[in-house]
Amino acid sequence: MAASDLIAEDVEGYLEAHQHKTMLRFITCGSVDDGKSTLIGRLLYESHLVFEDHLAALEEDSRKVGTQGGELDFALLVDGLAAEREQGITIDVAYRFFATEKRKFIVADTPGHEQYTRNMVTGASTAEVAVILIDARRGVLTQTRRHSYLVSLLGIRKVVVAVNKLDLVDYSHEVFDTIETEYRAFAEQIGLTDVVCIPVSALRGDNITEPSPHTPWYHGPTLIGYLETVQVAAPAQDGPFRLPVQWVNRPSHDFRGFSGLIVGGRVRVGDRVRVVPSGQQSTVSRIVTMDGDLDEAVAEQSVTITLTDEIDVSRGDVLCAAASPAGAADQFEGHVVWMAEHEMLPGRPYLLKLGTGTVAASVSRPKYRVDVNTLEHASATTLALNEIGVCNLSLDRPVAFDPYADNRDMGGFVLIDRLTNATVGAGMLHFALRRSQNIHWQALTVDKEAHAALKGHRPCVVWFTGLSGAGKSAIADMVDKRLHALGVHTTLLDGDNVRHGLNRDLGFTEADRVENIRRVAEVAKLMVDAGLVVLVSFISPFRAERLMARTLVDEGEFCEVFVDTPLAIAEQRDVKGLYGKARRGELVNFTGVDSPYEPPEDPELRLDTTTSTPEQSAQRVVDALRQMGVLP
Amino acid sequence: MSTQATLPHRTLTHLQRLEAESIHVMREAVAESERPVMLYSVGKDSSVMLHLARKAFHPSPPPFPLLHVDTTWKFRQMYEFRDKTAVELGLELLVHQNPECLELGINPFTHGSAVHTDMWKTQGLKQALDKWGFDLAFGGARRDEEKSRAKERIFSVRSAQHRWDPKQQRPELWRTYNVRHSQGENIRVFPLSNWTELDVWQYVYLEEIPIVPLYFGAPRPVVERDGTLIMVDDERMPLFPGEEPELRSVRFRTLGCYPLSGAVESTADTLPAVIREMLLTTTSERQGRVIDHDSTGSMEKKKQEGYF
Repeated sequence: MAASDLIAEDVEGYLEAHQHKTMLRFITCGSVDDGKSTLIGRLLYESHLVFEDHLAALEEDSRKVGTQGGELDFALLVDGLAAEREQGITIDVAYRFFATEKRKFIVADTPGHEQYTRNMVTGASTAEVAVILIDARRGVLTQTRRHSYLVSLLGIRKVVVAVNKLDLVDYSHEVFDTIETEYRAFAEQIGLTDVVCIPVSALRGDNITEPSPHTPWYHGPTLIGYLETVQVAAPAQDGPFRLPVQWVNRPSHDFRGFSGLIVGGRVRVGDRVRVVPSGQQSTVSRIVTMDGDLDEAVAEQSVTITLTDEIDVSRGDVLCAAASPAGAADQFEGHVVWMAEHEMLPGRPYLLKLGTGTVAASVSRPKYRVDVNTLEHASATTLALNEIGVCNLSLDRPVAFDPYADNRDMGGFVLIDRLTNATVGAGMLHFALRRSQNIHWQALTVDKEAHAALKGHRPCVVWFTGLSGAGKSAIADMVDKRLHALGVHTTLLDGDNVRHGLNRDLGFTEADRVENIRRVAEVAKLMVDAGLVVLVSFISPFRAERLMARTLVDEGEFCEVFVDTPLAIAEQRDVKGLYGKARRGELVNFTGVDSPYEPPEDPELRLDTTTSTPEQSAQRVVDALRQMGVLP
Repeated sequence: MSTQATLPHRTLTHLQRLEAESIHVMREAVAESERPVMLYSVGKDSSVMLHLARKAFHPSPPPFPLLHVDTTWKFRQMYEFRDKTAVELGLELLVHQNPECLELGINPFTHGSAVHTDMWKTQGLKQALDKWGFDLAFGGARRDEEKSRAKERIFSVRSAQHRWDPKQQRPELWRTYNVRHSQGENIRVFPLSNWTELDVWQYVYLEEIPIVPLYFGAPRPVVERDGTLIMVDDERMPLFPGEEPELRSVRFRTLGCYPLSGAVESTADTLPAVIREMLLTTTSERQGRVIDHDSTGSMEKKKQEGYF
């Protein structure tokens, strides 16, 4: 019986049948030229999801802006925002929905243009199957390889290749065979082995829902037939139990539950679980839902679990099968996909969100960058928008993880800019670096307290920041003299001097500036451990790195001094003649001229050099250190 | 990897997976915000969203209040249903009516649907979020409702001026939502993003979720204007000379302000009957909403201005 007849005659029977439908999420890869929007429009149309009012609008749009000479242009059904419609391209990820008798489908529709790697990676991250479109007239193209690589990188194992526009090559068996052979050879190289190729015409509807009379030589499934039956849900349930804790549920003193979505395996009442990273163990006492307690729950279910022991569990922890727990580490290797206009800055602290935990993390210089078109490895010092590289990541504390290849939810992370809160990158963990597992902190007997007691003052970093020529070094030098006279153990790290030695390999690009400050901040920290008052005189133009330097030492051990000299005055002084050079274009990336300076928002001390002498400024610094309790 | 591989696989239905996803979204939102609120519009999507919130935090009550941005022009049955729901579930209900609109007496008849909607709903929502200092608001919008919503994120960032900038929206990968926001910015969260209209109805049916009776066919006083059936819900509705409300059996596919909600003739008085009509109908759900007809991309414009 046709669906509409069943609905008309026995809607309860229809609902009964449809409540048992499963769900499949897939991504379509290809460009507008391959007929991707047409294919999606066709899938919506075939599943009777296009209403009369939409259809009327479609007919009108097809006449006005259609590309099919007045015939229905299905692509117009799915082209979204008005701005994009004018440009004629889709520039983001759109999600479409349709259902057949057996399944509900969520389609991630992403554009195939080169500059939009970001969107394809986003769309692929939630997809279980990829549909890759190939224009039968053009065969396997560079973009086909790029799409396939990204699909494989994001861990999609099932690929269906829709060889489209077959009507335009007279439904040629030979054309199809050639494309299939070439594609399979390539796919195998990048680890895609579960591949099905289907000859289709999205425009004419061949092999979409019904086997086409035009391709009697083809005996495989139709596109819908494949999508309706492909099995994907099982592997998640086969893995070991994982539940990243989202929220601790405490309605009263006698209930303490851990809420989260199971991202791997299954759990039963009575199972032993281990909390990662803390390593504590307990036993599951209840699996709570509003519909009643469960005996067992599996991957993809949202539940609340209670344990028999009162152990410490909080958001960001992962409940794991005790016998095969997730790893815990703070240094990793992984792929990073850069998604922001502003390039990645190795060494800059970003926030990393993995599962439900968020930690501070910095990314190393890429070991290499992957050319998504040729799959060749190239050397790189940073990653620009839409570039992909393999990097090391260093976190400020250990997190629970599994390799991305084993579990997407346990190994996929996003990187967040600490100041703008934008999502600037995403990545996939490969493995923990052995150095993080095998290098432990050495407990030192003569600690900071002991050093301070001997020296008669507390250690501190005094961080002078400001434009070139603001007067930082002159003031820092004067402070150094006064402290020395007071018997304080000091050292002065000056930007120019450090660049002659420790940082001689660094230039003045933004990435190098970040690394420059990272090294100096680490050196300053070591000297604070030794009990010194460390005077640091660096332009240090970015807030993020000054924040990083501050967080390396304890509270009360960092005094940020903003040497505030307006650009015009610093430039007028131009002690080193650098502004002149920069203005003449002989010096690039010069702070204040063609590189930004981000002034401190809340420094411990702001020195206005236009109203006070260096001597007065130096005295204010000494006074501030006394007030902070650094000096007795 | 584990000895469990031999156990039979449990198959989750599409509704079970959607439910689990929505619950996960709500828990992330609550865990990473200071002061969340749920926008409650009294419609069926709000009913489903509220039901999911109860599931997400059970046995605790949902840890946020409900906010109704009112226009004073909703159906009377909606107000009854709203107040009854809040009392029965023991939830805090906040109601905001734009004081400027109250003063000026903004209504759809003299000011037109565009001004009415902008002032009561768009401006009213901004006022309410600012008034109570909410930094995160749940909304019941779905991606399948309208073309421009197909690209909306589940977590959508709004500037301090409540503007939606398509270029500033964050990529959303896996289930790893970036909920961070600066002081002043707020986040709109749409837990029903991946639900379709049929999913919502089917879930209402399966879970026996209470909805406003206006969704069911019943004799109601209506007048026909420009081919749209408008219910005369109170005496504020101005009638044209000679216009006489007549009793017809009608129901509503979407609910809003009664003068702006078109009714459809129907005798469907049970959920299966309503779903049957929904499945066999040939026009989309939003067609009954008067505000969408203005121009192509009108929803997109409203969104940029801060409408949900």
